[in-house]
This record gives sequence, structure tokens and C-alpha cells, in this order.
Amino acid sequence: MRPAVLKQTLAYIALIAISVMFLIPFIWMVRSSLMNLGQIFVMPPVWIPSPVQWDNFTRALTILPFDRFFLNTLIIVFFSVLGTVISSSVAAFGFSRISWKGRNTVFAILLSAMMLPGAVTLIPTFLGWRSLGFYDTYMPLILPAFFGGGIFNIFLLRQFYMTIPRDFDEAAVVDGAGYFQIYSRIILPLSRSAVIVVSLFTFLNAWNDFFGPLIYLKSSEKFTLALGLQMFQGAYTSQWDLLMAASAAVVLPCVVVFLIGQKYFLEGITLTGLKG
Amino acid sequence: MATEIRMQTAPAQGQLVRTKERKALFWGLLFTLPATLGFLIFTAGPMIVSLFLSLTDYSVFKEATGWVGFEHYARLMSGQDELFVKSLQVTFYFVVLKVPATILVSLAIALLLNMNVKGRAMFRTIVYLPSIVPAVATAMIWMWLLNPDLGLINQLLSSLNLPTSSWLYAENTVIPSVVLTTMWGIGGTVVIFLAGLSGIPQQYYEAIDVDGGGWWHKLRHITIPLVSPTIFFNTVMAIIGAFQVFNEAYILTGGGPNNASLFYIFYLWRTAFRDTEMGYASALAWIMFAIISIFTLFVFRTAKSWVHYEGEGR
Repeated sequence: MRPAVLKQTLAYIALIAISVMFLIPFIWMVRSSLMNLGQIFVMPPVWIPSPVQWDNFTRALTILPFDRFFLNTLIIVFFSVLGTVISSSVAAFGFSRISWKGRNTVFAILLSAMMLPGAVTLIPTFLGWRSLGFYDTYMPLILPAFFGGGIFNIFLLRQFYMTIPRDFDEAAVVDGAGYFQIYSRIILPLSRSAVIVVSLFTFLNAWNDFFGPLIYLKSSEKFTLALGLQMFQGAYTSQWDLLMAASAAVVLPCVVVFLIGQKYFLEGITLTGLKG
Repeated sequence: MATEIRMQTAPAQGQLVRTKERKALFWGLLFTLPATLGFLIFTAGPMIVSLFLSLTDYSVFKEATGWVGFEHYARLMSGQDELFVKSLQVTFYFVVLKVPATILVSLAIALLLNMNVKGRAMFRTIVYLPSIVPAVATAMIWMWLLNPDLGLINQLLSSLNLPTSSWLYAENTVIPSVVLTTMWGIGGTVVIFLAGLSGIPQQYYEAIDVDGGGWWHKLRHITIPLVSPTIFFNTVMAIIGAFQVFNEAYILTGGGPNNASLFYIFYLWRTAFRDTEMGYASALAWIMFAIISIFTLFVFRTAKSWVHYEGEGR
């Protein structure tokens, strides 16, 4: 029994040490965001802000139009999630519940795109959007979601659909249902949790995306939170109180969404990772 | 009589199967149409155009575009483009540090989390949480933590009488520092490892207990072989990701100091969007594609000798 107890204790110590290391950046951000500049730079470091400088948030978020950035980000996130959920669930249905000639070949080809570095398609895609007059609009950031919504999501949903018994479809066929009814009345309601996983991943990807908005958006009133935060950092270097307040404000919605949907996240990663 | 009937029904049945097959093909194609169209428009099409562009001197601001053949590739191969050589060195250095560090550290954390400890879910959440933080925010937090004069890390080091570092601001420390900041976000890899570990049947460990083997024996002869498919998956993903680092270069370092963090994709982006040398940048993109393919292929080739698949399936 002794070695087992020792082992447990050592594991706890290691896990607590790791947790502290992973948490300190968050704590440091929050504490800096609530301090005045004088207190921020005190050595040795102070951990508890006093007085609590809530004002940093109002200042940081009004110097640049962060409300505007927030709204812009929400628009992009909303349409990305909508497009991705519709098109990836439809595609995943076609790749798992209908047996058609060439299905697996087509799926393998689409899957191979996952390995392709984004740099290869970047320039022609950019030039294409530009020639269509969609540079500095949200189109390049939103429209691709309606065309499959990323092979990763199709793959994830397909993995999930394949766990649903075939008998359900066959019973529906006997009742005279077509493929579309099977999709909308049986498969989609049964895969609610997988659809939530896809929505959450898409939400975070769109919320966190930096490269896309950087390439496609020019006018600052169209900027997203990620771009706005970067612009803020460029203009207010070393104003760490304000920079940390703005960062904390951008991070907070992600953390909330993650904590609410946590169960689904871990399920989703497991679903794709295991069969990878 | 009987034969006659059979002769009549057989073709009819074949007909039925064929219409059913045709119907399935129609609906299958229809359901997957948005995805296939997306692939053609956003992947296959641009790939072909990109290959074509890489053979021209296309630039947004130039009037005429000329055909240069393999000139770009020849220039890249000759080593005349010093920044290209530099960006390759920087990126390789990063990959060499980042991939093994990611695999080792996340496997170690996953092994700890896989032990039967209380509060396991909470520890897992804490480890995963940083990976959902937007890259810009991550960069800002770490810039502040690693600030040479006032950052927390140097303050802690000096209070312990340890040597401090210039971190992101010195040529020889910038890449390891970027690796450090990205290590904060390895939670996704940890969770995938956890999934792999939870699939290992407990009986195997019990068998070793009976034989009287220690934890090292278990790790070496059970855990590592049985989790090797997950190691393989995570290694491939880590290589593909590490070669394409961009945000860190753009936000954290701007490629500096003195090009010491001129990551490949950052150089490509600069060539394409700042210098508007789209043709040359397309050639750069194909070189990167080739490099990633070679590395992935190499890992796939070696997989036979170290990736252990249970039973017949995967």
C-alpha cells in the first residue's frame, strides 16, 4: 500500500505544479488588467490589485471602437457557424448514410485537403475574391463555410453518424421516407451533441481567426476583435494595464463558451483523435 | 413455364437494383455537392492556379505578367535569396524544438491525468483552457510575461538569483521563447493522448503486476507501444502545424530581431502581400508543400517500425 500512496502524492504534486504553470498567465493577465500602472511595475510583484482599477476596462475598450469589433466578430461567427453546421452535416450524411459508387474515393480526396498547407491556396484564393470585388468585405470569411464548412467537421460528423444504427434508416424507408427526410427527421436530431461540437469548434475558430481578417479586411471599422486587439497593441505598446484589460475582454467570451460546452469539446476531440 | 418466368423476372430485378443504385448516386452526389464544390473552388482550383502563378512573375501592381518558367524555383534552389535560406533555418529550428517538446510534454501530462486521481476533470480543464485563447491574446500575455525588464518571469528568475534572459528580444533566445509560448496551448494534444491512453485494457497492466514489473516496465512495454498510433497521429499533426507558424511571427516578434524569427510562412506572407510578389510567393508555397510532404511521408515510412496496431483493424 505504501508505494501506491507515495505514487498518488507525487502525481498530485506534479499535477498541481502543472496546473499552476498553466494558470499563471491567466492570473497575471487578470491582475494586470485591474491595476494602475504604478502598481503593475512594483517589484517584487504584487498579486492582488488594490485599489481595483475597473476603469482600465472602460478606457481600453473605448479608445478603439471595441463594441464595433465585437459586433463585426459576432456577424462573422454567426454566419460561419450557420454555414458550417448546414453544409457539413449534409455532406457527412452523403458520405455515411447513402452508399453510392465512388463515395469513398471522393471522401478520401476531400480528406487529403486536410494535409495541404494553406499557403498553397492562399494567393489564388485571395486574388479570386479580390477580382470579384469582395476584398475588404466579410464574404471571403463567411462564404467558404457554406461549401462544406471544412473537411474536419465533415469527418467529425461522419464518424458520429456511423455510430447510428442502420435499422433507423431502413424503418424510415419502409414508411416511405426519402433521403432528405431521413437526414432531417432521424440523423440530425440524433446527432445533436456532435452538431454542438462542430458549432463550438467553428465558433472558436472564427472568433480566434487572425490570418483571415488580416488578409481580407482593410478598413479598420470592419475589423474583428482579434485584429482590433493587435492594432491596439501596436498603438499602446507597454501600456500593460490597458493591453491586459483589452486581452481579458477578448478572452472572456471564449472561456465562457468553453466552460459551458466543455463536455462536448472533449467528446469531439476524442471522436476525431481516436480514429485519426 | 418456370424457366420463362425466371427469365422475365431476372432482368426486372436487375433493373430495380440499377434504378436504386442510380437514385443513391444522385442523392449521394447532391448531398455532398456543397462540399465537393467547395473543394473544387477553394482547394483544387487554387492549387492549379498557384502552380501556374509560380511559373510567372505576377504582381498585383505590374501591368504585364511574364512567363518565367522555373526561374523562381532555380533562384530558390541556388541559395541566392538569403532571406529564404534564413526562413528555412528558422523554421527547421522551430520544428526540431517544437515537435519533440509537444509530444513529450503532452504525453507526460496525459500520463499523469490518466492516473486514478481525484479532481482529474478539473486538471484536464485547466490544461486544455489555454488552447482556446485567441492567438493575439496569447501573444500579448506572453509578451508581458516575458518582458525583459518588468515581466513576471525575469522578476521570478532574479528573485531566485537565477540568470535572466532577453527572451523574444535576442537572436539566440527568440525561437526557444516562441516555442515556450506555444507550449501553453498543447491542451488539445494532451486530450487526444488521454483518449488513446483510456483505450488501453487494464488487464495488460495487471499481467505485469503479476510478473512483478515496475512502472518503467509498464511504460516501456505496454503504454508506449499501445499508445503509439496516437503518438503517430499527434506527431504528424504537430509537424504540419509547426511548419506553418505565422501568428507568433506576426504578432510576437515581427520576424525579428534581425530576422532571427523570420518564419517561413511569415516570409511568404511578406513577399506576397507587402512586396506583392505573388508569383515568387507561390513558388515559396510549393516549396513548403514539398517539405511538409517529405517530412510527413518520412514519418509514415518509419511508422511500420514503431507504430503498433492492435489486432487487425485500427
